[in-house]
Amino acid sequence: MLEFSLHARRGSFQLQVECAFSSDWTVVFGPSGSGKSTLLRLLAGLDRPTRGRIALDKRTLADTAISLHLAPGRRHTALVAQQPALFPHLSVAANVAYGLRSLDRAARAARVEEMLALAGATNLAARRPQDLSGGEAQRVALARALAPAPRLLLLDEPFSALDGVASDALLERLQLWLKENQVQAVMATHDVTDALAMGAEVLFLREGRLTALGPAAQVLAAERERLTVRLQHRSD
Amino acid sequence: MTELMDWQAFALSLRLATVTTAILLAIAVPLAALLVLGRSRWLAALEALATLPMVLPPTVLGFFLLVLLGPRTAVGRGITALLGHPLAFSFNGLVVGSVIYSLPFAVQPLVAGFASVDTALVDAARLLGAGPVRLVTSILVPLARRSLLAAIVLSFLHTIGEFGVVLMLGGDIPGSTRTLSIVLYNQVENFDYAAANRTAAILLGMSVIALALIYSQAQGRLSGTGSKHSA
Repeated sequence: MLEFSLHARRGSFQLQVECAFSSDWTVVFGPSGSGKSTLLRLLAGLDRPTRGRIALDKRTLADTAISLHLAPGRRHTALVAQQPALFPHLSVAANVAYGLRSLDRAARAARVEEMLALAGATNLAARRPQDLSGGEAQRVALARALAPAPRLLLLDEPFSALDGVASDALLERLQLWLKENQVQAVMATHDVTDALAMGAEVLFLREGRLTALGPAAQVLAAERERLTVRLQHRSD
Repeated sequence: MTELMDWQAFALSLRLATVTTAILLAIAVPLAALLVLGRSRWLAALEALATLPMVLPPTVLGFFLLVLLGPRTAVGRGITALLGHPLAFSFNGLVVGSVIYSLPFAVQPLVAGFASVDTALVDAARLLGAGPVRLVTSILVPLARRSLLAAIVLSFLHTIGEFGVVLMLGGDIPGSTRTLSIVLYNQVENFDYAAANRTAAILLGMSVIALALIYSQAQGRLSGTGSKHSA
């Protein structure tokens, strides 16, 4: 169960959201600039809210009232952003192993292999990040984020460099793995087809405010209508 | 006829520069990381303080240190009681003066290097559990290794060539505080221009070689042979 009540200010932009959900897969939907990435960064602990509280499975991750702000690495939370941000001086395998310091060498190697297989990147283990395509780098970034076994996975349009078929196949595998491992996922997207395809709970953000929360078909009904009209216009 | 070369002063200069550079790295790497990654509003004041020796006349800095480390201040008396001798006019005193004087030459390249590392990489490392020490050793330093090299070379050369602080704080004691710069000053004062030429040529040669080393690395970066800071 993820619960948060957050207020944050970035220049003239203000984010103010209060929400709680326990679904395995939640989509944060909204147009560009609506505050999706800001929200994910706050949940990950990379930025601090002006005021508010975040709790994951009843464990408080941040609470400005008691000046609590757990470091990102202590939240059991992973964030995969559009930019893979792989460490350029390390191999793919070393990138995936970066968050596995507590494991011994054999366990680490096994975990790296398992995560690369999940992301469909087993053949990339020895490569350097600068030798990867955009899609390959995003697969490795996903494997690296999942390796330390997070409780919450935050995805910020993470598969933008993958084609539709590859992206769908990876998402399907990922959703299955997350369910098996009881990891809650929150994915930000501005693409209504992506949001609808997930068939998940949708949190609709607009100008930093939560405007709706519920099943995708219900929350995105108006968006779906708009998309259908646009497609019809194009086909005409 | 003077000796062709004052090897004692040469060795002392090298020793002073080596010790100073090692201490500077131990101070400058965490300080630069703090300046780049920290959030406190006091960091601007700290950076200004660390840069101050760059604009302060060396003789002024040397004078302040001479007074501070002398018997008239509590600091000076405390150090004398601790070490059994005053820091002024000793090799250790020169090291203290050199570390302070060359601090900006170590900190500034590192600040520039660390600041150029993509913040997305820093965020990724923090999300994967890297604390400040691991962040610096496994991400910032490897990705800013040219800046580290520049900091090492500049600190070393700046210490080798310093004169004002050395003279004010250390005087001219052979084997203890007489460095190559002091030898050069003495040679000129004695109108021994042949010897002065040789000493100056050594100092010049060391500087040229070291700078060539830095710029050859920079050339690698410009021609695309260096590592990228983000992927």
